[in-house]
Amino acid sequence: MNRQSGYRAFAVLSGALILTVVMMVSQRKVKASPPSESSIMGTVKLDGTAPHQRPIDMSKEPSCAAEHKANPVTTENVVVGSGGGLKNVVVYISEGWSGPEQAASGTPTWDQHGCQYIPHVMGLDVNQHFKVTNSDPTSHNIHPMPKPGGPNHEWNKSQPSGAPPIDTSWPAEEVAIHVKCNIHPWMSGYMVVVKGPYGVSDDSGSFKIENVPPGNYTLTAWQETYTPQTQKVTVAAGKPVTANFTFKAK
Amino acid sequence: MAKLFAVTIVVIVILSAIPIVRNTWHPMEDISTHGQAIDDQLSETMIEAGISFLASQFILAWFIWKFSVSKTQSKKASPVESRSFPGGAAGVVIASFVLVGAEVLALGAFGIKAWANIYFTPPAADAMPVQVQSGQFAFYFRYPGPDGKFGPIHPDMINEANQNIFGLDTDHDPDSKDDIVTAEMAIPVNREVRLLMHSKDVSHSFYVPALRIHQDFVPGLDLQLHFTATKVGRYEIVCSQLCGLGHYNMRAYLSVMSKEDFDSWLKKQATLQ
Repeated sequence: MNRQSGYRAFAVLSGALILTVVMMVSQRKVKASPPSESSIMGTVKLDGTAPHQRPIDMSKEPSCAAEHKANPVTTENVVVGSGGGLKNVVVYISEGWSGPEQAASGTPTWDQHGCQYIPHVMGLDVNQHFKVTNSDPTSHNIHPMPKPGGPNHEWNKSQPSGAPPIDTSWPAEEVAIHVKCNIHPWMSGYMVVVKGPYGVSDDSGSFKIENVPPGNYTLTAWQETYTPQTQKVTVAAGKPVTANFTFKAK
Repeated sequence: MAKLFAVTIVVIVILSAIPIVRNTWHPMEDISTHGQAIDDQLSETMIEAGISFLASQFILAWFIWKFSVSKTQSKKASPVESRSFPGGAAGVVIASFVLVGAEVLALGAFGIKAWANIYFTPPAADAMPVQVQSGQFAFYFRYPGPDGKFGPIHPDMINEANQNIFGLDTDHDPDSKDDIVTAEMAIPVNREVRLLMHSKDVSHSFYVPALRIHQDFVPGLDLQLHFTATKVGRYEIVCSQLCGLGHYNMRAYLSVMSKEDFDSWLKKQATLQ
């Protein structure tokens, strides 16, 4: 082969190689919500009078007591908004989910503020990362208590004021993990770890579960005091489904 | 060199004794009826120990000075004349045993009255009962309410997330229904209080410096103390027995109030149950 044809062969081969790479890159999977995915929304209500929530006296921690002087704080076992909406209910798919375990995106924050956990209840997917922060001038020692001997391991960690966030996740589903503070006995919260999408009801009891492909599912609504409730729903392509829950106050 | 050492000892001893003798640090004002005996005991101990300390150090310095030998002197053949303590080593041991033993016994004898005053005298029949439960890392208090009785404690029902600190079963135990559980302790001034103490978990200690009260909680024991506060004010109750990572943060507040203020405080607390 003479030099001229050698150069030509090289040019052709390089061109072919570049073209191949460009074609491969362009065919990279682009994440777009399939138009057939839908959502499930609804309202959770409490039928009856909520049990009396007891006031919390934080006098042993003066900086936190001062924060709540104007608005005294109570326990949050049952939080009902005006209109009977039940807050802090986690609604998730307990049967029928065949999608990825981690459907939710984002890294939610579990904050220690005013010697309370904000939010009081957090929904999480298996292996979904979350951050624990301390916004108080005092130290906290967060202590989640998953089921003993189970796949989720118990841990506790001190965070002085201004400490960096703790970034962690739970490897297995668990409904629900009770969280307490080793230093402040009144602090209490729950982490609900599930597979697939979930929603947590707000002050008015409303929740929304996004990105649900068509199918038949069983929804479970979990609340820390009451027995969980289930409901079967069928999600059609592109059409939002309503599922309401009512818990009965004892 | 040895003489310099002797002088140094004397200087250090005098310098350290000065602030104590001048009484520059005052203990917290005593607001209890039994505290004076404790403060007296502390003063006596300081005086006795102080005199012993000064005496022993001055004698030590004197011996060092007297028997010190300069470098040139020590090169000479003849040793310095010395005498031994009567009875030899055994004599020294017996003498120190008797001296120190007598001092400690004396302090103990004087202190017995202060101790007995608190621990061997029964509370008055009309002393106001208050219960305190220590647990990692807070103190909680319980008042018996209008029926004057404390309801039974069910440790398996303790649920701090629901504010059921003492594990009371108000649904089934009538005596628990009117019990008042608080995070702050309040007592009326000049009224004897009978404090019932127990620990939820590990050892803690109830320490109110102004009240001259300092009592450990021993897990498994129900302990009692009685005292009377003589001055209105807000005082700190601190845990003084290392109990875990939150020990530094373990405290509660004691408010000594007039009878009227206390009655309205207790009424308000009853509504917050």
